[in-house]
Parts: sequence; structure tokens; C-alpha cells
Amino acid sequence: MKCRKCENKASIHMRQHKLALCKEHYLEWVPEQTERFIKKYEMFAPEEKILVAVSGGKDSLSLWHILLKLGYQADGLYLGLGIDGGINYSHESQRLTEEFAAKNNLKLHIVDIEKEYGQPIPVIAQRSHRGDGKPCAVCGLAKRHEMNRIARDLGYDVLATGHNLDDEAAVLFGNTLNWSSEYLLRQGPVLPGTAGLARKVKPLCRFYEREMTAYAILSGIEYIYEECPFAEGSQSIFYKESLNQLETARPGAKLIFYLNFLEAKKSGNLFLEKNVEMADLHPCPKCGQPTSTPDFCSFCRMIEKTKDN
Amino acid sequence: MAVKLILRDKEYEVRPGMALVDALKKNNIVPEAVIATRDGEMITDDEILRDGDVVKLIAVISGG
Repeated sequence: MKCRKCENKASIHMRQHKLALCKEHYLEWVPEQTERFIKKYEMFAPEEKILVAVSGGKDSLSLWHILLKLGYQADGLYLGLGIDGGINYSHESQRLTEEFAAKNNLKLHIVDIEKEYGQPIPVIAQRSHRGDGKPCAVCGLAKRHEMNRIARDLGYDVLATGHNLDDEAAVLFGNTLNWSSEYLLRQGPVLPGTAGLARKVKPLCRFYEREMTAYAILSGIEYIYEECPFAEGSQSIFYKESLNQLETARPGAKLIFYLNFLEAKKSGNLFLEKNVEMADLHPCPKCGQPTSTPDFCSFCRMIEKTKDN
Repeated sequence: MAVKLILRDKEYEVRPGMALVDALKKNNIVPEAVIATRDGEMITDDEILRDGDVVKLIAVISGG
């Protein structure tokens, strides 16, 4: 397969966009698209100070890399969660984040949960009896709390996270399965700042997870490949796997699922009950059944069309 | 000789001449969930696998 832009051998094929690109053009395309999404969703302006939440994973380090490439003022925030899981998980992810910051001469804030609150995340989870024996709910809560605290305390205009489209689609899928209307109405690329809450943005929300992995690999970003030891068997991973099955059979399914949701939310029609009787229906001149299409109903038009051929 | 696919600590053998996408599906690996590299270079799904190829698959899913 050849690159659409230069005819060289393609490194990646994005079936949902019917687009194949070589390394060089892919590494140009991702930042260009990110810039487009930043502007489209009015995430932040060039003069604003951005705090990027970095975990040592492919998405957040790539986001930091892209924002710098685009010329934004972006510092990093790493939260030490104290997760070991037999693989030194937190220690290794912190090492990779520090190395990335040092290599690129970037400012990195490090907050260690144990130093701040006396105990690491797994112990807080155990003692607080939250989350059915898994620390994920406690971890999420602590991260949201600390990211907001640091962004506000240090005077950043906006907090950026590396959520990709698969993350967003998995959350959307879960909230749709449960019809969690409040969560559905709150989900989006930008969470506006309010009194006490920093503005939160997700500049990678339209890239597939596979695309972000490709960006990290092709950019030579060293990220933590090992999964969080507590993530195994999690609901969000199950949803992602299910959506990927769907995507394989129907390329673009994840993108359409997410984008059409954003459209429905923006239009104000999400959860708005339509009065079916109010629709402009009239009897079809041919069969007499109600129709909203001008003249004949769709069925009669289809039958008429078959007669023409 | 055959073609070897490596994903984390698992190895799969497929016959040469197959397209990567078919080799993945044959082994119940979802193509959307991996990036494939050969000799350190990323390859696309339509790549025909050659005898002796070693394809390293990088899992893309993360999060909890």
C-alpha cells in the first residue's frame, strides 16, 4: 500500500478515513489534525498556559509532544499513584515521563499521592472500601481531584488529558448501555471551567487508540507498554475490545458512534422527546398510508422506480 | 520455515504468502487492536508475509 501524499510505502492505513500514509506524512498529519480539533472545539488559544496530565503512557506523552510541535506553552503534571503490581508500574512510568521531559527540556511537576496524603492509591482504596476490591474508582477520583488542584494552584488556564477516541467511545458505550443521561450530557471534548474547576480539554479525542500508538512508535517516544496491573479484566477494556470487533467488521463504526453523539448533543436533540403526532404527515396519494415525504410515500416511490427499469 | 507472529508472550505460526490481515484473523487477533512491525518498520494490513518473517505485534489498548 502506498502513501496517498507521496507514493512511498505506507506505514499506516486508517480504514475509517480511507487514508494510508508513510511515516513522514503521518507525523505531519497527526499534529495538523490535532490543531484542527483544538480550533474546532475552541479548546484553548496560543497564549494560554496548558498543563498536560502525563502518565508515561503513549497517549499523554504523544499529546505533550504534539502540543510542543504546534508551539503551545505546555508543562507536564505526573501523579505518583504508588502502584507496584509486581512490575514496578508507577516507578517505571515516572522514570519514562522524567526521561521524556529531560530529553525535550520541559517543565514537569511531580505530585506523589503517598507523600501528599500519607498512603498510596491501593491502600486508600482498601481503607475507604470503595470500588469493589479494585482501586480504579479511587484512582480516577484522586486523579481528577489532584489534576484540578494543581492546575488551579499553579495558575494554568487549561488542563489537557490524552483521552483518545477509543477512551471516549468506551465511556459513551458504557453510559449508553446504562442510559446514564447525566454523564452523557456531560461528555465532550471540552469541559468548561466553572468556579473552582479548571477547564478540561481532550485534544486527541478524535484519534483512534491505534493511531496514537502509531504516532508514539513513529516519533520514537518511549512509553510504558505494560498495562496498569489493576486494569486487567476492567469494564472499559472489555468495551474497547467489543468496539474493536465492531470496527473490524464495519470500518468507521467507532468514529461515527462518537461524532454522531457529539452532533446530537450539540443540536440539543439528545433525550428530547419528539411528538410523533406533530410531524407533518399526509396521506400518500397512491396507497393512503401516512407519509412525511412530499407526494408519494417512500414505499410507493420505490415500487414506481422498479417499474421504470 | 514459516512466518512467526509475536504478541506479548505469545507466538503464532502462519504460512508464508498470506496477507497480514488474514494471518491476524486466522489467529483470532483483532486487527484494530494491534500495530504490526517487521524488522523495526511498521507494516500495513495488506502486506504479504514472506517465509522467515518475524512480525512483532504491539497491543494498542490501554486504560482501566
